[in-house]
Amino acid sequence: MRFERSHTRRAVAFGVAGSLVLLASACGGDSGDKNTSGGGGALEGRGPITFATGKDTSGFLPKQVAAWNSQHPDEKVEIKELPENANDQRQQMVQNAQNQSDAFSVLNMDVVWTSEFAANQWIEQLPEDKFPDLPKLIPATVETAKYRDKLYAVPITSDGGLLYYRKDLLDQAGVQVPKTWDEMLAACLAVQAKVPSAKGMSCYAGQFEKYEGLTVNFSEAINSAGGVVVDKDGKANVDTPEALAGLEELTKGFSTGAIPKAAITYKEEEGRRAFQEGKLLFHRNWPYVYALAQKTDGSSKIVNKFGVAPLPGKSGPGVSSLGGHDYAISKFAKNKATAVDFINFMASEARQKVNLSGSSQAPTYASLYDDPALNKQFPYLAPLKASILGAQPRPRVVKYGDVTAAIQDAAYNALSGKTPPKQALTDLQAKLSSLITQ
Amino acid sequence: MSDTAPVNTRRESKPGKARTSFNEGTARLAAVLLSPTLIVLALVVLYPIVSALRESLYTSGTKLDANGFVVKGSTFVGLDNYAAIFKGDTGHRFWTAFYNTTFFTVTCVVLETVLGVAMALIMHKAFKGRSIVRASILVPWAIPTVVSALLWKWIFQADGIANNILGTQILWSTDGWQAKLSVIVADTWKTAPFIGLLVLAGLQTIPAEVYEAAKVDGASVLQTFRRITLPLVRPALLVAVLFRILDTLRIFDLPFVLVGPHKGSVETLSMLGYDEAFNTRYGPAAAYATVLFLYVAAVAYVFVKLLGADVIGEARAKKPGGGSRRQRKRAAALAAAPQAGLTSVGGGV
Repeated sequence: MRFERSHTRRAVAFGVAGSLVLLASACGGDSGDKNTSGGGGALEGRGPITFATGKDTSGFLPKQVAAWNSQHPDEKVEIKELPENANDQRQQMVQNAQNQSDAFSVLNMDVVWTSEFAANQWIEQLPEDKFPDLPKLIPATVETAKYRDKLYAVPITSDGGLLYYRKDLLDQAGVQVPKTWDEMLAACLAVQAKVPSAKGMSCYAGQFEKYEGLTVNFSEAINSAGGVVVDKDGKANVDTPEALAGLEELTKGFSTGAIPKAAITYKEEEGRRAFQEGKLLFHRNWPYVYALAQKTDGSSKIVNKFGVAPLPGKSGPGVSSLGGHDYAISKFAKNKATAVDFINFMASEARQKVNLSGSSQAPTYASLYDDPALNKQFPYLAPLKASILGAQPRPRVVKYGDVTAAIQDAAYNALSGKTPPKQALTDLQAKLSSLITQ
Repeated sequence: MSDTAPVNTRRESKPGKARTSFNEGTARLAAVLLSPTLIVLALVVLYPIVSALRESLYTSGTKLDANGFVVKGSTFVGLDNYAAIFKGDTGHRFWTAFYNTTFFTVTCVVLETVLGVAMALIMHKAFKGRSIVRASILVPWAIPTVVSALLWKWIFQADGIANNILGTQILWSTDGWQAKLSVIVADTWKTAPFIGLLVLAGLQTIPAEVYEAAKVDGASVLQTFRRITLPLVRPALLVAVLFRILDTLRIFDLPFVLVGPHKGSVETLSMLGYDEAFNTRYGPAAAYATVLFLYVAAVAYVFVKLLGADVIGEARAKKPGGGSRRQRKRAAALAAAPQAGLTSVGGGV
């Protein structure tokens, strides 16, 4: 059955182009190549490989690959550029795996895809002893590359949420950078009371539109209040007082106006624009905002007027959700020994350092965050390190697509006032339990 | 009928014997010449449909084994995928999407028809700068849907142009009536020109003498429009409306990009199927696609039967000869119309 059906899909995928030839071969019955193409888990074979990665907006990746290619003329890496949108990248990688194609060797995967790809055996399980740099990477990032305690990928870039704040206004009001939600609200009220120019500003916004960013912000609120969405054993445990406290912090923000009403439509860019236009006192966003908010071309009204800090939490520092990308090896690839070496090459301290200064992507190599020269180039590295060190991965589940949709449903309904927070969490718990046990 | 009669006469005039052998040879030649087309059609139309129907009867990848790996292979589940669509939460979501799809179709097509006809009437008038007006009315139609969705998304932002002009603080992309309204506005803006274009083609086939006769008879503008323009442009209009109905029933990209996925107020049937396929559940996805396919087919059938949209030239052949003055006029106009020529060739085969 399996052979027949993968044949069917293949024929559909190739579509019009070679349909005649393909149909003939599909009618020819089962073929044996499907079993052998798996390779049985041995990471062997050397030669040219491909590297499937999302559109490289920094333009720096070709330089990294060229550095490898000049050292390994017989094991060249070819970049296969996928669309910029993460969902489209995943779709192409899934399609590649379902066709059991060897077109992609190394996959540049979003951290939340690991479980799905590992459970479907689309990527190889990796022996930890073959990756010497692994112990030097930030532990939380390595966790994102594991499924059921086994390693399936190597984290190459990371990302964590940062609290952007208006340093100028905080200084004028004489208040400290907040470490908790209560302090943040108090700081906001103090600024609004003491600084005339802050009149009409909102206190805080994150990303609350119904998309992946909402899962990130919802998880952060819950983790920062001591709750979990999915616990260590992989079970849903979101209907708890801690989780409720976290979610209520957000719903309260909306109902009191501390979070502007329009924030329910904010993705990263909408929030960034609001912060840059001086509408927000505090803003949760990713490190990429730093360089854009410092741009002196007139697009930002807050150049040199803001600072960054780790996220605040309920009674101490907050917990960020982890972003970033892991490199995995496709089960159906050729030359897997080369692929292992290439991943090691990209994970090495030297390459990650070059990558950080060239593309400003956050590294997974812990020591790089303390590099003085890099800290000068990226003033947010210290708070980012704190953010990533304390960060939690988003739920690591096989049906991530369904789980994140359920989380977004519950969070969106609670934030828009459609469902009371308690009810939203009870519903979510039921939904997640049924999605995860299956 | 005036347009088919000459064809018949020509056939009748051929000598009997020669005609038979000629026809046999022609049939064989036609079969040979058409076979590549038919094979390609079978591959790109028939095969995917059959394949999707088959797929909809299976599930795969739903269970994990003891090691946490997805159990490979697929199981035949009969009509379970279809039954699941209508059950519980999924059923609620399905009927909401079904309602949305139907609501969008009815509202958008009505608005587009009214505006499209108005546009066509304007484009048809002879005045200075007519070509510029024609071109500018057609611009929205030329813009890809995804691009127009992004454009309207920008307009409907919290601090966007729409709120500025209206002086409101509406959050358009949030779940609710406002999201529906934004989709209707964007869809109407984009596709009313399509109806306008097809109706304009219909208008141009109406001979000027008919209008002159109406003028001589002292008909008012409204009378002329209701008694002459509308009936004579009806075949073209019905085809345009049918196309729009079929198009809107499978609306996907506009709500998906403009408002976003998983929002109950604008979720349509195509989006449900997409969601299943995105989560690699191809069986249920195929089931959704089949349900949508049947719905579209049923609507198209009813539309063609009830309103007699003249898609393949059947309706005209069935009409009895003679009839009222209006019908005779219509037939005459149709004979002159370019699409009438096309359909009679189609009928001949």
